[in-house]
Amino acid sequence: MSRRAPGDDLFDPGPPAGGEEHDRAWSVADVVRALRRAVEDAVGQIWIKGEIAELRVHQRGHWYFTLKDDAAQIRCVVWQSYARRLPGAPAVGAEVYILARPDLYEQRGELRFSAVTVLPTAAVGARQLAYLRTKEALTRDGLFDPARKRAPPAFPRAVALVTSVDGAALGDMRTVARRRWPAIRLLVVNTAVQGEPAERELVRALALVNRLPVDLCILARGGGSREDLGAFDREQVCRAVAAVRVPVISAVGHETDVSLADLVADLRAATPSAAMELALPDRRDVADRVAVLAGRLGGGLRRRTRVVAERLRGVEHRLRHRMRALVADRRDRLGALAGQLEALSPLRVLDRGYAVARDAAGRVLRQVADFPPGAVFRLRVSDGEVPARVEGTP
Amino acid sequence: VSGDDRLPLAAALRRLEEIVRQLEGEEPDLDRALALFEEGVMVLRHAREQVQDAELRVQRVLEDAEGDLRITDLDG
Repeated sequence: MSRRAPGDDLFDPGPPAGGEEHDRAWSVADVVRALRRAVEDAVGQIWIKGEIAELRVHQRGHWYFTLKDDAAQIRCVVWQSYARRLPGAPAVGAEVYILARPDLYEQRGELRFSAVTVLPTAAVGARQLAYLRTKEALTRDGLFDPARKRAPPAFPRAVALVTSVDGAALGDMRTVARRRWPAIRLLVVNTAVQGEPAERELVRALALVNRLPVDLCILARGGGSREDLGAFDREQVCRAVAAVRVPVISAVGHETDVSLADLVADLRAATPSAAMELALPDRRDVADRVAVLAGRLGGGLRRRTRVVAERLRGVEHRLRHRMRALVADRRDRLGALAGQLEALSPLRVLDRGYAVARDAAGRVLRQVADFPPGAVFRLRVSDGEVPARVEGTP
Repeated sequence: VSGDDRLPLAAALRRLEEIVRQLEGEEPDLDRALALFEEGVMVLRHAREQVQDAELRVQRVLEDAEGDLRITDLDG
């Protein structure tokens, strides 16, 4: 392995190597490896502008070319997996932007750039123009009007996902949905989100959303280069977003990349996960709210029954009190009447020495004429009756 | 199993708040309070069901050549 740690001193020529220094010579592989690390650390993925000089398309589909300007040139490669997503190999002499990172091809000790995208500068200009025209037309038709924006429902029951079934976005959104609101139903409408078919497929997919039993739509795409966002700047796609009958949350670009479709959507999220966070309530929050309401419901009833019970007790107390008063009143009046009655009792008169005379039939004898001679009668005195007879004549 | 025929959760929570407010208010009628409470318990049960664990349903929408829609479960 290397005898010295590669570092800044690698680029410092230092004193010329002499005599025994040969023993400390680097292997070619070590030098190249150290250079590779240094270059890769120093320069990340960058945009480079230049002119295509030589270009060769390998039989496996890789593009090898030289990018040059007046002062310098670099070797570049676009691997087949990236090349097949691009419209076609650029012409020699074309001025292009490439998005590339440096790479040291060790077998040849050659520095080259691996590009992930190649954009003719002319096309960039044309695209910029088309973008501005579309933006102007959509502005004129009020598609960016804040008054158009609809709030997503607080508790959606089904959400349409317009995205690629092969993309990472779908998995991310499922994860968030499972955590926040698993009772949700997700209806996935597959569409290409980049490349040539994206515009047509997006328009079709967005139109299809209007035939689904959903109350929200998420238009999602994972990360990618600005170039890949092209379809989301197309006028027809933007109009299709505006025509969706339920609120649309877009998660198309990155935080720094805003597409026109993002501007037309009702709500914009930085990532598909963030879009799902916006779309769904968190069931833990809702469960908390439900628990609080449950407590208040029980408390409300207890309080209410307590109030009623107190009232009942009050009524009972008053009732008892009134009954007692009524009973006492009656008792007093009864006593008085009994006294009166007693005073009037004939027995009291008899007590005082009077007697009542009655004939055999019980009639009271009041006058002399009631006592013919020899008549038999009875005398009622205080403690009983005495049989009597009229003797002689009065 | 579909939630589509049930009281939407937003409406359920609104109703529940209203019931609780009325119960906490000064309305003296016990029969009315009991009726409110009963309704509240029902709405509460309904709300809880929706918050409970559920199996996430992910389905794919396909449109055939005639323009008819077909919805199939998407697994994975």
